[in-house]
Amino acid sequence: MVSNVTSYSGNGLRDWLAQRLSAVVMVAYVVLLAVYFAMHPVAEQTSWQQLFGHVWMKIITVIVLLNLVVHAWIGIWTIFTDYIKPMWLRVCLELAVILVLAGYLVWGIDILWSV
Amino acid sequence: MKEQRPVNLDLTTIKFPITAIVSILHRISGVILFLFIPLMLWGLQQVLGSGDDFAVLQRCFAGPVSRFILWGILSALIYHIVAGIRHLLMDFGLGEGKVSGRLGARIALGVAIVLIVLLGIALW
Ligand code: HEM
Repeated sequence: MVSNVTSYSGNGLRDWLAQRLSAVVMVAYVVLLAVYFAMHPVAEQTSWQQLFGHVWMKIITVIVLLNLVVHAWIGIWTIFTDYIKPMWLRVCLELAVILVLAGYLVWGIDILWSV
Repeated sequence: MKEQRPVNLDLTTIKFPITAIVSILHRISGVILFLFIPLMLWGLQQVLGSGDDFAVLQRCFAGPVSRFILWGILSALIYHIVAGIRHLLMDFGLGEGKVSGRLGARIALGVAIVLIVLLGIALW
């Protein structure tokens, strides 16, 4: 098996699996939102506040955010590996993406817990 | 393998099969989604914030340009999900052949276009 220090799990097969599992988790979340907003008006703020006021919704959303961060990281890593050949440049860009994604996660949690 | 063989790496003269187009669009939609994560988070922040925050968001989406951007982002999401599901099915061995692969690509493209048009109708 091929190992790589900058990949998500350091292991191609586990990365591959993580990207697929996270995809399924996100689809489930989109379906959940679609079902909810089929029954509540999207353009009303109260629909959103009610939904995200539930603790379980906050927890689910944080889990989905975690999945999104992992999925995006593996996806961007793949693309960088394909197109960006100089090692130093790729590692710099990868570092930037990791920092940005970590920031999004913190920001997302902050948004959810300020409701 | 020293013989001189004709090589064509000119992208503008290569004819892309539909499977290649569906695949590269999936990659492009993934990058678009990545780039727009901050905007999505900002939207969540506004929608869950005060009444004023929500009003700001509504005023934003009232403009034709921003509504077009919203449509674009959601279209990328729709496309990425539809083509992504096709990808997952192929991981399970469905639609991997030459003929079935093309059929799957056509179906994915068709479904995505229909959903994107319906979304456009719903938004305007
Ligand atoms: C905002 C959320 C998302 C972002 C930022 C994102 C981003 C990406 C990126 C950048 C890639 C790499 C593309 C490539 O290697 O060509 C990718 C791959 C993939 N995405 Fe997403 N994605 C998101 C949501 C989803 C969802 C909801 C699904 C559900 C079907 C999904 C399914 C997939 C699959 C199956 C792949 C693997 C493709 C491959 O191995 O070539 N993604 N994603």
